[in-house]
Amino acid sequence: MRPLVVAAFMAWGPALAGQTTDSAAARRQEGVQAFGRMSAVLLHPRCLNCHTNGDHPTQGDDRHPHLFRVVRGGDNLGAVGMRCSTCHQTANTPASGVPGASGWGLAPLSMGWEGRTPRALCEQLKNPQGNGGRDLVALAQHLATDARVAWSWSPGAGRAPVNTPKDAFLAAVRLWVERGAPCPE
Amino acid sequence: MLELNVNGTIHQVDVEDDTPLLWVLREQLGLSGTKFGCGIAACGACTVHVDGQAVRSCSFPAAAAGGRSITTIEGLSPDRSHPVQQAWIQEQVPQCGYCQSGMIMAAAALLKERPAPSEAEIDAAMTNLCRCGTYARVRRAIHRAAATGPGR
Repeated sequence: MRPLVVAAFMAWGPALAGQTTDSAAARRQEGVQAFGRMSAVLLHPRCLNCHTNGDHPTQGDDRHPHLFRVVRGGDNLGAVGMRCSTCHQTANTPASGVPGASGWGLAPLSMGWEGRTPRALCEQLKNPQGNGGRDLVALAQHLATDARVAWSWSPGAGRAPVNTPKDAFLAAVRLWVERGAPCPE
Repeated sequence: MLELNVNGTIHQVDVEDDTPLLWVLREQLGLSGTKFGCGIAACGACTVHVDGQAVRSCSFPAAAAGGRSITTIEGLSPDRSHPVQQAWIQEQVPQCGYCQSGMIMAAAALLKERPAPSEAEIDAAMTNLCRCGTYARVRRAIHRAAATGPGR
């Protein structure tokens, strides 16, 4: 019997291996496509304005320098005497039009991603040294629960929300993580 | 009713939660030293302190001030003796004066944390606008206050 079993395995083996390869490639492709939907949001000016690579935030969809030489400060929350919270509160302020969310401030310099290609952003997001020390689960949690991220979809009057719906973005994040967080070529 | 601690006095005010603190100070409490300038948190004329930090009160919802300590220009000192106020007089900083209560509050907040600020720290902290262009005198007065203030 044993030769027959071996023969049967030899006959089916390559087919099974091919199927697995196809499946892995498909799963990777799904993950890459999910990241494409993620990066369309993450590279939006709304995110880049606070994920800067320098000492200043930027403003608006044209990413002009933040008015009045506003600076990052040592703790990413503004200058001594001129904190981000001098003007930005924990929610949008309709009376003044000033946007706000809990923890308003710049992302740490290590989490800046101005000028990144989608691939470079992807690699950065998977690197704890470039994502605030998070594993993939914590990264997905940050994107799902951080008040400043959520603000992107509720930016207040006069600002268009990020053009990918929040639910679709978070679904893409979940799928990307499930598919092993593959990066585009 | 909202309870506010302004200049050490507790006030009960009946306002909508999102009413800017500036309007409560000026219209409910009659503290008109704090000015309305731009209304979009850009000019700094409405600067007051909340728990010692400078905030633009035109963009600060009254409800967020509940349970916190608010200081306006009227409460910076009982007799205009605060080192920043004295330095402002010595340097003859104001021209029209409209922005100056906000300038003084911003400078006082800076000096509380940085008793001897550098030029760069002054530049970063003092973003208030002055249509008379008193900026050079503001800078001199901050250095004077730093040399004479409680931080010395």
